[in-house]
This record gives sequence, C-alpha cells and structure tokens, in this order.
Amino acid sequence: MSVSTEEKNKCSGAEALMRCLLAEGTELIFGYPGGAIMPIYDALYDYPELEHVLSRHEQGAIHAAQGYARSSGRTGVVFATSGPGATNLITGIADAMIDSTALVCITGQVSSKLLGTDAFQEIDIISISMPVTKWNYQVTDVTELPEILAKAFYIASSGRPGPVLIDITKDAQFALADFEYKKCNSLRSYRPVPNVSQEAIDRAAEIINNAKKPFLIFGQGILLAKAEAELRNLLEKTGIPSAWTILGLSALDSDHPLNMGMLGMHGNYAPNIMTNECDVLIAVGMRFDDRVTGDLKRYAKQAKVIHLDIDPAEIDKNVKTEVAVLGDAKETLQRLSAKLDANVHFDWISQFHELEKIEESKVKNKDLYPTEGPITMAEVIRMVNEKTGGDAIVVTDVGQHQMVTCRYAKFKQTKSKITSGGLGTMGFCLPAAIGAKLGAPERTVIAVIGDGGFQMTIQELGTLFQTKAAVKILILNNEFLGMVRQWQELFFDRRYAYTEMQNPDFVRIASGYGIEGSTVKEREKLSDALDGMLNYPGSYLLEVMVGKEDNVFPMVPTGASVSEIKLGPE
Amino acid sequence: MSKRYYTLSVFTENKIGLLNRITAMFTRQHINIESIAASESEIDGIHRYTIVVFEDKNAVQKLVKQIEKQVEVLKAFHHEEEETVFQEIALYKLPSKTMNKAGFMEELIRNHNVRLLSVEEAFMVLEKTGQRHETQALLNYLQPYGLLEFVRSGRVAVTKPMATLESYL
Ligand SMILES: Cc1ncc(C[n+]2csc(CCOP(=O)(O)OP(=O)(O)O)c2C)c(N)n1
Repeated sequence: MSVSTEEKNKCSGAEALMRCLLAEGTELIFGYPGGAIMPIYDALYDYPELEHVLSRHEQGAIHAAQGYARSSGRTGVVFATSGPGATNLITGIADAMIDSTALVCITGQVSSKLLGTDAFQEIDIISISMPVTKWNYQVTDVTELPEILAKAFYIASSGRPGPVLIDITKDAQFALADFEYKKCNSLRSYRPVPNVSQEAIDRAAEIINNAKKPFLIFGQGILLAKAEAELRNLLEKTGIPSAWTILGLSALDSDHPLNMGMLGMHGNYAPNIMTNECDVLIAVGMRFDDRVTGDLKRYAKQAKVIHLDIDPAEIDKNVKTEVAVLGDAKETLQRLSAKLDANVHFDWISQFHELEKIEESKVKNKDLYPTEGPITMAEVIRMVNEKTGGDAIVVTDVGQHQMVTCRYAKFKQTKSKITSGGLGTMGFCLPAAIGAKLGAPERTVIAVIGDGGFQMTIQELGTLFQTKAAVKILILNNEFLGMVRQWQELFFDRRYAYTEMQNPDFVRIASGYGIEGSTVKEREKLSDALDGMLNYPGSYLLEVMVGKEDNVFPMVPTGASVSEIKLGPE
Repeated sequence: MSKRYYTLSVFTENKIGLLNRITAMFTRQHINIESIAASESEIDGIHRYTIVVFEDKNAVQKLVKQIEKQVEVLKAFHHEEEETVFQEIALYKLPSKTMNKAGFMEELIRNHNVRLLSVEEAFMVLEKTGQRHETQALLNYLQPYGLLEFVRSGRVAVTKPMATLESYL
C-alpha cells in the first residue's frame, strides 16, 4: 500500500502530544496508564527522551509531579486515564491550585461519541476539576491539540502558577492531523503579570521610609518570582526585620540576621507578637491565610499594610491594604528597593530578640536539647540540620512533624522546603519527595513524615524502589495522629477519639521494597542512626520513636489573635 | 454593610463550560444570583453575561476580582442601579376569552403599555418590557384573570460610564 507524502506528514493526536511535550522541554512525566489513555502510552513507548515514572496510585503521580515542580521550578506533567484515574488526581490538583504549583495534567477520556452516555470509565472530569484548576479543556478534535497544549503550558507556568487539566478523548488520540507547534505567550483574555504602577511604588516607599517599626513578611511569591536576591537586597538596605509563611521558607537563609522566623499558628513568638506592634507591615507574595493571621479583626490593625502580589484578587481579600503594589515580586521589590532609604532598626530588632529569648527559654531549649524522656521531634530536626549543614531539601507531610520541621529546619539554599501548605494534604510527602529528588538529583532529599501520613501513600515505596531515586525517609513515629491528638488534648478534654494508631513494622515493609531501614528509640543512638540514613548510598527509611503525647508550641489557638500566641498549655 | 442590587457585566471568550466556572464563584462566596442573561457583545467573538446580585459592596468587589481572575474572562465590572440602564422582558399567557372582560384590554394598554404578541383560539400572549416593578405590577394585575403561564428574562443592562470594552483589551 502506498502512502502519499501528505499522509506521511500527519501524526496521531497521541504522537502530537509527545511532540508538544518535547517542544515545551518536558523530560519527565509522572503517570499511571489505563484504557482511555492507551494510545498516548503507546506513543510514549517510541519516545525514550521522555522519561516516565510509574506511580502506584494517581495521587502519588500528581504529588510527585508537584514535588518535581517545586524543587526544579519547572512545570510538572502528569498522565492518568479516564474515570477513576482522573478522579484520583483531584486531591493533588486541589493542592497544586491552593499552593500555586505549575502542573499540566493530561487525562484520557472515552471516545467523543460516547461522551454523556455513562460509558465505562466515563466521568465528567472537566466539571469536577473546574473549581480546582487554573484552566481546563477537553480536546475532542485532534487539530486543536497543539494549540491547546501550548496554551496549557503557558497558563500553568505564567503569572501566579497553577494546575491545568487537558482531557483528551480516545478518538482524538488516534485521529491523524498535520502537526505544527507554536509556543503560546499571550492570550487576549489573560493578563498574568499586572503592570507595575510607579505611583504605587512611590507611595509604598514613602510610607516605608517614614516607618519607625517596619516589618516585612513574605511567602512563596518570592520563590515563584525567583526574587530571593531582590528580597535580601531590600532587607539589607533598609534593615527591616522579616518573617515567612511556611511556603516562603528557604527563600531567605535561616541564619540571616534579618530573618526573625515563622509566622502563624505554630510560628515563632516574636514575629506573631510583632505583627501587632509594627507600624508598617509589608507583605510580599503571600495571601494572609487564616493560619497566618489568626483573628482578622485583631490582625495588624495598628499598621499600615503594603501588599505586593502578582494576583489582584489577593488584594484586600482578607486584610485591607493602604497601598497595593501589583506585579511580579522580582520587579516590584527591585523598584521599591531603589526608592527606599538605607536604614538600620537596632532598637526595633532588639525587641524581636527579647521575645525570641522568651521563646528559647520556654519552648525551644527543651524541644531542641532534652536530656530526659523520649526523643523529641525537634531534636531530630536539630541533628539533621547539624549533619546536612542546611543544604538538604526537606519535604514534609502534614501534622505535628510538619510544624516542628518548619519551625526548626535550617536552610541555606532556596527551594529547599516542600510541604502541602494550603490544603494540608496528608500523604503528600513520600511521593512529593520522590518528585523533588528527580527534579534536583544532585541534592539530598529528606522526607519527614508522620506515622499516619506515611500510611496514606505508603504504596509509593514501590515508585521509589523502581525509580531508584535516593530519598531519605524519616518517620517521626508518635503512634498517634499527633496533631489531631494535640487538639483533642487541648480543646476536647483529652478525649482521644480514634487517633491512636496500631502501626505495622515500617522497616520490614520497606525491606519488602528493597529499601534499607532501621528504627531508633534511644537518644544515645539517634545521631548514629541519622548518620546511617544520610550516609547510606540510596534510599533509606529511618523510623524514630518520639514522645507519644508531645505537643507543638507556640500556638495561636483558632480564633485567637496573633498576639495571644501561647508558649505552652495552661 | 448594607446590601444593594449590583449589576455585573462579565465579558468572556465564547467557550463551552465557562458559565460553570463563573457561577462556581458565586457558589463559593455564597452569593445568590438574582438573574442572569447571556448574549454576544459589541465585539465579535466576545460574550457578555449580565448578572444581578443583591449583596454588600465588599462581597461584590471580591466576587468580581475572582471572576476576572478566570483565564477566559476578559473583564468584569460591577455597577450600582443608578449607573446602568436596564430592562427585563416578561411574557404572560392568558385564556383568550379574558379579552372580552369589560375594561380589561383598556387597562392593559393605557396603564401597562403592553404588547399583544399572539392570539389563538384558546389563549393569547402579552409582552411587557420594563423594570422589575413594572413587570411585577402587571403580573399582580393579571393573576386574578386565570394567568396560564408567566416568564421573565434576566436583566439586560448597559452602563452609563463611557469607557469602552475595547479600551481594556
Ligand atoms: C488527607 C487528610 N486527612 C486528614 C487530615 C487531618 N489531619 C491533620 S494532621 C493529622 C494527623 C497526622 O498524623 P501523623 O501523620 O501521624 O503526623 P503527626 O501529627 O503525628 O506528626 C490529621 C489526621 C489531613 N490533614 N489530611
């Protein structure tokens, strides 16, 4: 049979997708196959330059893609089949949406003639994913595919990043069409980066230059805008003390003298108190989440608030601003800094240090350097700091260990802390750590996980086994759903309703996947155990038995003001 | 803060499912849609939704920002009553024999400025274009006459401020 040249230039939708991914610089795909996406997997078989990581559950694939995106700064790509494959992505999509992570998710869909017929594994993933995607689209016509993929990558990664889902019907995967790819870099209905107003910069600068007690707080916007240097320059020029949200962690060296620590519910004492003492509050690339602000009616009411953000919808959403500076933080910080006077704030900063001393004596010292009783989570993290020198990427799950890690882990490099902040998704850590390692292979990746969250995506040990990515799994085992237990203790009369866990032998489970591991209970053996984990060539699971009923303090109880932060129970 | 009527004008690309995305914003913010109308706009390929809500200003401002954030929304505006010129259309179906009631037609034509759209053997259809209180007054008037069917459109509105959509693109 002879094929005309015209026919030869055509390719299937599935193959067109591969060419689109290559054109976008994709090297790695996280996914899980199934009926409706088989043509795409078949095409992938011919593209060895596109590496594929087979997860053990679609939730694992998407969290891995999130970890990859966050450690590498690139767009994560996910494949899943229709129906249950697609619905299994939803938690990760929602997580990426609320934490502004660039993802392109490709789902297979039943053939277009079956749409709306309740066909096998047909689900309306477009409607289901609508509220948790930045954009989504169903491709039924193969000729649209390149343009839609170009839009998908552009939308996912530009402005405030987010997840995009493209649903491709099986017939569109098979159908042939000419292939031509043009990258997308503008859409008439979409303005990813607002124009910077010089007037806003000038007004903000005037307020900051006249401030006696300025305080700068920052979030992930710094990392997303790659504005770490601009942030540091501004701080150093003006001498303004700063603090971070958990997603802003690692944007500024932990030991920087103007780094006053963590904001919010389990943040540090000084930054929380000082939020209600400062006269000007400069918020950069953060969104005043309720876990950061506590009671809004009593949040920074004395201060003039200046908000720098890329997303106009964040302005005045939770906190009323005096001046809003819209734009990409890299540009706005630089332009603002140029207008700011060089300054120092010794007295003001010494007030932070006073409060820090209180936290040290009432909380930190006994957390970090206990001499009796069971191992504390904090001392584990302290030793990790000492052993890694703050150079590792630390991924966490959700719960007490997450808050302790955010409080105590130290970082020298940016993009070193990966955690599920906005959604608080248990089960995030293990797959995200695998993705993080694949996105930054040269770095040590430590997955700090609770015994509860580990079991939510424990099947991803299989992915770890198969990819041979070297992830150090550090389970802080308190044999409880610790954070929930803490709330039960503090707010529900110690009624421990279904939070105690009977756990399996984690080390034996790991060994079933060919992963080395050990357990440590005694303080004297902790250091050696951590060395064993860190020095092992390859993945390793270390289970540390920690105090069963330890609590995380300080704490701003729900509904309280940040200045009511507590240093202990009572 | 006190609630008022606001008219939202949302200009969008003409895409399947976009209305879902927009209405989902209302659901999330727990804002009820009083009425909604969709049509093309003065610019080729751009659709326009006219949505009326009864809410306080703060909530409406936040809502409009969330709507405008959607990738395929070009621009969203909110206006108070006095900043817009608006109309609704209502249709009323009645038994034809009602026409013969003494003074009935005269009242309709003199006081309600009604158009007679269709008369069949069994029923007739009246049309009234106006603001809510006008179409409502007519509805109240017709109720006792054995009204068979009633339907009212969402509000359509244009704004008094002179900025054009084009100038935002
Ligand atoms: C998917 C999911 N389900 C439930 C929760 C509620 N939750 C928050 S923290 C927590 C306990 C976590 O326990 P564990 O993983 O053992 O960590 P620990 O708090 O003990 O460090 C739970 C159940 C959640 N965040 N995510």
